[in-house]
Amino acid sequence: MKLRALLLVLAAGSLPAQVSFDRLVHAGQEPQNWLSYSGALHGQRYSPLNQITPQNVKNLELQWAFQARSVEKFEATPLVVDGTLYTVQAPNDVVALDAATGRVFWVYSYKPSPQSRPCCGKVNRGLAILGETLFMATIDARLIAIDAANGHPLWNIEVAKPEAGYAMTLAPLVVKDKVIVGTAGGEYGIRGFIAAYEAKTGKEAWRFYTIPGKGEPGNNTWSGDSWMHGGASVWVTGAYDPDLNLTYWGVGNPGPDWTSEVRGGDNLYSDCVVALDPDTGKLKWYFQFTPHDDFDYDAVQVPILAEMDWKGSPRKVMLWANRNGFFYVLDRTNGQFLLGKPFTKVTWATGLDERGRPMRAPGAVPTPEGNKIYPGNMGGTNWNSASYSPRTGLFYIPLWDNYYSEFVKGPAEYAEGRIYAGAMPRSPVPMIQAPQVQNRKEEDGYGAIRAFDPKTGEKKWEFKLSEVTDSGVLSTASDLVFSGGRDGYFFALDGRNGELLWKATLGGQVSSGPMSYSVGGKQYIAVSAGSTLFSYALR
Amino acid sequence: MWAIRVSLALWAGALFAQHGYSPADVDAGGRLYRSNCVNCHGQEGTAIQGVDLGHGKFRRASTDDELARIIINGIPGTPMPPSSFSQAQADTIVAYLRSLVGAGTATVAGGDAARGKAMFEGKGGCRSCHRVNGNGSRVGPDLSEIGALRSPANIEQSIRDPNAEIRPENRYVRAITRDGATFTGRVLTEDTFGVQIIDSHEKLVSLSKANLREYAFLKDSPMPSFRGKLSAQEVADLVSYLETLKGVDAQ
Repeated sequence: MKLRALLLVLAAGSLPAQVSFDRLVHAGQEPQNWLSYSGALHGQRYSPLNQITPQNVKNLELQWAFQARSVEKFEATPLVVDGTLYTVQAPNDVVALDAATGRVFWVYSYKPSPQSRPCCGKVNRGLAILGETLFMATIDARLIAIDAANGHPLWNIEVAKPEAGYAMTLAPLVVKDKVIVGTAGGEYGIRGFIAAYEAKTGKEAWRFYTIPGKGEPGNNTWSGDSWMHGGASVWVTGAYDPDLNLTYWGVGNPGPDWTSEVRGGDNLYSDCVVALDPDTGKLKWYFQFTPHDDFDYDAVQVPILAEMDWKGSPRKVMLWANRNGFFYVLDRTNGQFLLGKPFTKVTWATGLDERGRPMRAPGAVPTPEGNKIYPGNMGGTNWNSASYSPRTGLFYIPLWDNYYSEFVKGPAEYAEGRIYAGAMPRSPVPMIQAPQVQNRKEEDGYGAIRAFDPKTGEKKWEFKLSEVTDSGVLSTASDLVFSGGRDGYFFALDGRNGELLWKATLGGQVSSGPMSYSVGGKQYIAVSAGSTLFSYALR
Repeated sequence: MWAIRVSLALWAGALFAQHGYSPADVDAGGRLYRSNCVNCHGQEGTAIQGVDLGHGKFRRASTDDELARIIINGIPGTPMPPSSFSQAQADTIVAYLRSLVGAGTATVAGGDAARGKAMFEGKGGCRSCHRVNGNGSRVGPDLSEIGALRSPANIEQSIRDPNAEIRPENRYVRAITRDGATFTGRVLTEDTFGVQIIDSHEKLVSLSKANLREYAFLKDSPMPSFRGKLSAQEVADLVSYLETLKGVDAQ
């Protein structure tokens, strides 16, 4: 009997993950796991774990490191399901490993088509899981279902044509029995879309074009035929509200990026958050952050859904620190604008009107000789996620401040598969990656982790970095905030006052969001830097 | 690294001998470069570590035709993607890249490099701060490949008015530690928590900002201005000499 019981236990230990949609919705009830890109469908990047505290965080110690066989940036946030960690080695290798030891169980290696042509690196931001199946969106615009137990592909479908400039870098989002993705390629003259696929078969269930077609509402916000190649990518994962049954997605810039006269109008739904019915893909509402964007500002953030007391009554809000330099609070039931303030230096607009529409600063447009505008092309923040802690009530933004580009007006001509963006802006700050030897002047821009009270838009504290940052932020239930920077540090701050509590030198640019999980009662904090994934726990 | 490692070797003369490029080709290639390549490679072709498109020696290509082929087909297994440029368009991009190498090669009217070298090593006293091919001090920037990196006008400006433009990598910092030790040196790299310098004794020093009582960049360059100290002819000689310095990789 004893032997049989032991065998049963061993068998149970090796059972594949069974992640029902109910578990995804109630992810907060299993803090040991990290079941979707942002930890939970509300997109908060908040871990309910609290073993690591402001008092003991100085005792963090490296537990293991996983070195990717890739020279691309390591942008994926891992999933952790019952002790197994799943991540993506760029461009598109899925890796399953023991979350406590870092030892690899299996690698599924997918070789993307050489026709893929991503604008900004062959990167991948992670996976989604449902049942015992993992889902990966690939750089050559395919969606692949993989058996979480053994790494074997179950189906592999074309989402769009890579030779036309389509690509995917985001972690998919599972809602009910569907897997939702969006396409990148806004610098290549695509017409972007968000689409849902049946998780079991890969059959397309619906498609929402992020640019309305001829005759559809909003198509008249594009002059002439410009809508056909107007970009409007989706670069990062959306969020989901189970009570409202709405899924929210940020939509990228209109194309060509910096040559806007060929696309007169507001260019819907570029630079918008769209609220969709996840069962049908029907648009419920939208809010446009940057109408007729001249600066490639996108709306390239994960929507952060929070419940908070708003002027005396409970309200379902959405928090958004946009690349355009403004921080927004929206009512997520209907898209109503509640609050908006700059969180970094902004010169392209003088402010937001009562409906949240920016008031453009006179003359703040790209010019043939170059026009210095704040924030620069990479924005006041970018795709790397902010975090909201329901405990501190603070919103933590990884940002670039005092950062500008000289935006240049130049020609743009569409040809399939070729860059369709206009003339590149100039900036003293490198766009994607810092050189190993970093030496820049502070007046050319710097990075910071800055905490805001979303109820007022007021800054609570700031932790300044000498370089800009591409790292996301994690907050935890012990009021710790973790983040990193281009200069290769990973650090813990006191989420209440921004005090530095701990730091480690990882030796590579942090280009991902830290996350937390636990195995056997031990809390871990994982982050990737350079091409390596590191996992820390208390010694 | 995956990338095309570039140092300094191919010279404008030799390059233009491969293909004759017209200024119109260079202009057209520059436009294509700025709208298609800058995103990854940067304005000066140096944004990817280990790659320096502006200085002409390519690991994976030596001829113009090979370069154009890479521009069209990409480099499999690396982030360099294929493009849909025509052969003629790719050729103009090559023309533009080659022109970058040529940009710094104009000779200085009337300058004599031999006299400039004598000035540099003698009366000018330049080696008390600068080093060339292993000789001289390391306190100031090493000038062994300055002729490949900077234009004659730029070098002349640095001689006459060193404060006109102090590049971030040539800044000096003065730091006093909590226990009173003072360090002055050229900043090699700076980060959120520390600063790494080469100090006035040519020693590599790593300072933790948390241990510093005072820490400030020097507003002015430690280099003296030679305006009025050298004649126009002497400056021209010096610039001519410095322009001959192309680094060991070019030899």
